[in-house]
Amino acid sequence: MAATKPRLSSFSRNISALHSSQSPGVKYGPNGSTFVSTGIPDLDKILGGGFPLGSLVMVMEDAEAPHHMLLLRNFMSQGLVHNQPLLYASPSKDPRSFLGTLPSPASSKDDKSRDRDPEQEKGLRIAWQYKKYMGEQQPNFDSHRDNKQDYCSEFDLRKPLERHYLTGPRVDCFSIQDSKNLAALQDRCATFLAQFQRNDGSSSLVGRIAIQSFCAPQCEHSNMEWDMLSFIKSLKGMLRSSNAVAVITFPPSLLSPSCTKRWQHMADTLLSVAAIPDEDKELAKLLSGYQDMVGLLNVHKVARMNTQVPVILDATTFSIKLHKRRYLVLECLNQAPVDGSSGSSYGTSGSCSGSSKTGTLDF
Amino acid sequence: MDNQSLNLLDRALGFDQQSEPWSLSGRVVVIEDCVETSGSFVLHQLVKRSLAPNSSNVIIFVAFANSFSHYDRILRKLGCNLVAQMDNKRFIFFDMLMLRGPDGDQGRIGEGTLVSLYEKIQKKLSGLPGDKKNYVTIMIDDVSLMEVAANGASDFVLDFLHYCHALTSEFDCTLVTLNHEDIYSSMEGSTFMLQMEYLADILIKAEPLSTGLAADVHGQLTVLNKGTSHRLGSLGNKIQNFHFKVKENNVEYFYPGSRV
Repeated sequence: MAATKPRLSSFSRNISALHSSQSPGVKYGPNGSTFVSTGIPDLDKILGGGFPLGSLVMVMEDAEAPHHMLLLRNFMSQGLVHNQPLLYASPSKDPRSFLGTLPSPASSKDDKSRDRDPEQEKGLRIAWQYKKYMGEQQPNFDSHRDNKQDYCSEFDLRKPLERHYLTGPRVDCFSIQDSKNLAALQDRCATFLAQFQRNDGSSSLVGRIAIQSFCAPQCEHSNMEWDMLSFIKSLKGMLRSSNAVAVITFPPSLLSPSCTKRWQHMADTLLSVAAIPDEDKELAKLLSGYQDMVGLLNVHKVARMNTQVPVILDATTFSIKLHKRRYLVLECLNQAPVDGSSGSSYGTSGSCSGSSKTGTLDF
Repeated sequence: MDNQSLNLLDRALGFDQQSEPWSLSGRVVVIEDCVETSGSFVLHQLVKRSLAPNSSNVIIFVAFANSFSHYDRILRKLGCNLVAQMDNKRFIFFDMLMLRGPDGDQGRIGEGTLVSLYEKIQKKLSGLPGDKKNYVTIMIDDVSLMEVAANGASDFVLDFLHYCHALTSEFDCTLVTLNHEDIYSSMEGSTFMLQMEYLADILIKAEPLSTGLAADVHGQLTVLNKGTSHRLGSLGNKIQNFHFKVKENNVEYFYPGSRV
């Protein structure tokens, strides 16, 4: 966690020089593992660096809400920004159209405020008018950044990714609806992953696989539980020997309970997302900042590569919020003070006044 | 083996009985875990115990869940060099992770894979010199993935385990398996886990604490040791229960509430 801090600050000349020795978007972690970013800075921190290469990530969808798409979009965009090849499979007829919804990394001006700690932000507000002067130094840093990005970028959900990232041979799309069985998808994954065979630990090229709603009912394989399981097993086997990460999202309610458990066991990193009801008065009373929440993220399992020690997190449930309606932010749940009426006003004035004000300014 | 170096799990498994060089000979150990708490550390402990310098055990490790490099790194931190043990022919590793049917033909891999795996194990066993045959441990790191490899035919997996069980009575070797209990608890009419528990002489369950995970206690182990009868008269079943904390270089075991 501490290691990510200096990289985010603007004093990064030295570190970026160090970066050049490794490929961008890759970070070395403990136990010989290598991380790639999830595309959400907070999630990177929670998972201790990101998704380790060679791991299988599963996201359990909320059957009624598309929150898994938020994670998937940021994951895919981050890879494309780092020029990492991407294989995207989805049950829709035209998977490529989904690429148009990918978010773009925020320009440095916008994400600057997020880079700093909230306390610092307060202090900086006094010097807000000087921003234009700071902006002048920025281009230099910016041009530098174009080819050497940060490990994890902040994504602006309202700005689509520039087209030049999406065209080109690096992006491969696949519709899992058409094929009768999973052999085609398996072959596609195998040929895709063959580019990233791990040899002697050199991680020159990193690939990402995103499979959306794997067991969606419109696919023919959705009732072939064992075929899906053996696909996941072989995908995991292939991943282990390559420099790639795969994210699979699936609606667990469509699988039998025992099958869901099998899937969960196969996942290296297991997350789940859930929407929160709009007008849940009781929840609103319990949690501060309820109005800003979009959903909840649960971390069930964190990948353990090359170690037997389990990762015990301080908290496993996080609220998904949209900062300034643009940036995806994960926060620990804060219990509101017991006294409901005065408490909620405290909560909002304390944590949200700043953000909501700037939010209106942003419009 | 001095008693000081034995932890609670070792004692529960009967390593403190000095009469025998390897207390698990001819027995079946079944480890059960769940999504929240992984029981793989028990496997690591047993590998380390078996490959200790003062024993002459041989391990046949069938890996479905993780690659060799994963196990190698973990065991190295525990003070055991798997590569060196491989050269000594004391550690035999079957990598089933990359298993794929011919031309991706999913339907047929089922039975054939397990049969050929069993043949390989048997060949390795009979190829061992006579003095080592009695101290072989067969380890399977994920039986549920074995079912997947068999394409859902649990009966083939049970057959396989029965054959391995036959080996344990023939050669007095040990069978250690890891499986995930929560898969079967939600399944109706599945006797798979029951059959495995019936086979087991020693049953080890890893569960999370009912009060949730804590940084100091990673979960609890329940060890059911069924068959001490043929050795020390009839002791009957012995159940032990303790908490554990997994570290890089060892695992701490302690009775509930015994740590401040």
